Amino acid sequence: MARNQLLLSGKDVTKIFSNKKKKTIAVDHVNFEFESGEIISIVGESGSGKTTLAKMILGLLNPSSGEIIFRGRPIELKTREKRIEYWRNVQPIFQDPFSSFNIFKKVDNVLLDCIKLLNITLKKDEKYKKIEEACNFVNLRFGEIYNKYPFELSGGQMQRLMIARVLLIRPRLVIADEPTSMIDACSRASILDALMKLRDEIGTTVVFITHDIGLAYYVSDKIFVMKEGRFVEEGFPDDVILNPTEEYTKHLISDVPKIESRWAL
Amino acid sequence: MAEKLLEVKNLKSVYKTRFNEKITAVDDVSFDLEDGKCLGIAGESGCGKSTLAMSVMGYYYPPLFYESGIVNISGIDITKIPYNQLRKEILGKEIAYIPQAAMNALNPTQRIINLIEDVMEEHISGITKKEIRKIAEDRFETLNLPKDVLQRYPIELSGGMKQRTVIAISTILNPKILIADEPTSALDVTSQKIVIKLLKDLIKRGFIKAMVFITHELPLLYNIADDIMVMYAGEIVESGEAEEVIFDPIHPYSNGLMNSIIVPEKGIKGKKLTVIPGAPPNLKYKLEGCRFFDRCLFAKDECKISEINMKYVNNRSYRCVLQVDELKEMYEDGKKPATT
Ligand SMILES: Nc1ncnc2c1ncn2[C@@H]1O[C@H](COP(=O)(O)OP(=O)(O)OP(=O)(O)O)[C@@H](O)[C@H]1O
Ligand SMILES: Nc1ncnc2c1ncn2[C@@H]1O[C@H](COP(=O)(O)OP(=O)(O)OP(=O)(O)O)[C@@H](O)[C@H]1O
Ligand SMILES: [Mg+2]
Ligand SMILES: [Mg+2]
Repeated sequence: MARNQLLLSGKDVTKIFSNKKKKTIAVDHVNFEFESGEIISIVGESGSGKTTLAKMILGLLNPSSGEIIFRGRPIELKTREKRIEYWRNVQPIFQDPFSSFNIFKKVDNVLLDCIKLLNITLKKDEKYKKIEEACNFVNLRFGEIYNKYPFELSGGQMQRLMIARVLLIRPRLVIADEPTSMIDACSRASILDALMKLRDEIGTTVVFITHDIGLAYYVSDKIFVMKEGRFVEEGFPDDVILNPTEEYTKHLISDVPKIESRWAL
Repeated sequence: MAEKLLEVKNLKSVYKTRFNEKITAVDDVSFDLEDGKCLGIAGESGCGKSTLAMSVMGYYYPPLFYESGIVNISGIDITKIPYNQLRKEILGKEIAYIPQAAMNALNPTQRIINLIEDVMEEHISGITKKEIRKIAEDRFETLNLPKDVLQRYPIELSGGMKQRTVIAISTILNPKILIADEPTSALDVTSQKIVIKLLKDLIKRGFIKAMVFITHELPLLYNIADDIMVMYAGEIVESGEAEEVIFDPIHPYSNGLMNSIIVPEKGIKGKKLTVIPGAPPNLKYKLEGCRFFDRCLFAKDECKISEINMKYVNNRSYRCVLQVDELKEMYEDGKKPATT
């Protein structure tokens, strides 16, 4: 896929949740431009609006106002065909991998379905070869997942499986909402590794949502800092994380446990 | 040497599943906890951290069963006493436990003060509601928690506030030992730091004397623990002072873990992370030799066949057939275990 072309942009994207009691402005007039082949991190405290923005980009929520533009056209998901077409290009990786898989379906069949989605005809062994490649890519052995149901796998294995799934579909955009929060450091490393490979080898754009600033700093090409529904700071990781200008960003960074020096508690 | 508050020796706990499988989730674990210390337990998902915590509390509810070993709390081996005595004399008073995801398990129909009443009435017979309220208010005040939280329902609190409330409730009887299982994993960094500060405050103020802190977040553990114990597949594979385990790990698995730490510090970007391929062994099988065998770059034939015992070097211990020097040399050669 071509790199450094405008892939997704947002103009004054806003989401207001309201009920009888109160009105919450979850996302407040945000503007952004994401290019192809880059990893963009969105960081911010709990409740700052990260997931709400992600859902709007995925077309799971409609903005209250503003516009999200994908490859030059406002996203429009009125018909089933339009939705299928959009989701071939834009894929999620969610926080809780178990809720994203049908528990009654063996996981290798889930991967086979992804290949069907591509509308190409392959022989059975060619399909399995593709699946095996995707598994290797995320450090899963095919034997670990073959003939298994989701609940027979660990959280870390499931999360890597979700990435394998995305790999088979080869979307232009991946929205990963806290994909590593459930898992330990080692499996996390292999997920970050897989996201970087997606970018480097397929040219996928990855929107990586996290409240772990260390991870954001490590993987991303650009970082957006979100506070109360707005982007308060954005730029290259070395600028935003090593030389933040906003008080809020400085504050967030100082709260991250580090190993250079211990907290004074 | 400081007083030993908790002494665990060769503890073994198993899950018996309905398929008649026996999953040994805690296998021959031994450790001590001294007065004033915070012991950190690290290890990947499923290695048995929570099971160890439940076992130390004597929470053996099916499918979890005690198999063998000793848990000494204030001189009493709790694995040998009746459950009623454990509940009345030990739990809550000598040792308290904050289960993983506890904050999402608060009874939604009760106000916070009612939850505290339940805890106190069970342990202090004849205590009045008024006395409880006074104790609760004082404690909340000392810990910088707003008093009005007592009158609220769990859903009216933010995640961070809920977790601080859970901590305040579980330590209201001033237990000597607190076991906290992933108390901050669901929180953002700011709330996390506030919770950690609260825990440290509890020790400083003498409300608790020592703590076991479970997490897979190594940088976090480094910031709060005096000592760290690394678990793998139900066993302890390394333990020592936090500083040493983090900066100078001995066991190939710990070495892999420490090499996958990511912090927002200069020099991290562009660093190649260690990825340990594969997954830990299934604990339902009888495992022989080293459990890290098929993921370890240094594995030799003898690792699979011989029984691997803990080796003790100075104040540290680790479970590997190789000597410290041999391992160090290989790490220095850049032959990191299982690098991609
Ligand atoms: N369906 C909804 N109805 C009402 N309010 C909502 C809804 N979804 C989210 N909110 C509110 O919108 C705000 C932003 O929530 P969001 O889930 O986007 O935050 P977040 O940054 O993803 O937080 P976290 O880090 O905890 O996942 C919060 O105040 C939340 O309570
Ligand atoms: N109720 C249960 N029945 C059978 N096996 C169980 C049960 N609960 C846990 N196990 C198994 O026991 C082992 C240890 O689980 P445990 O929850 O103690 O791990 P953990 O280290 O706390 O993991 P995490 O970091 O995910 O919390 C795992 O292999 C798990 O599959
Ligand atoms: Mg969210
Ligand atoms: Mg656990």
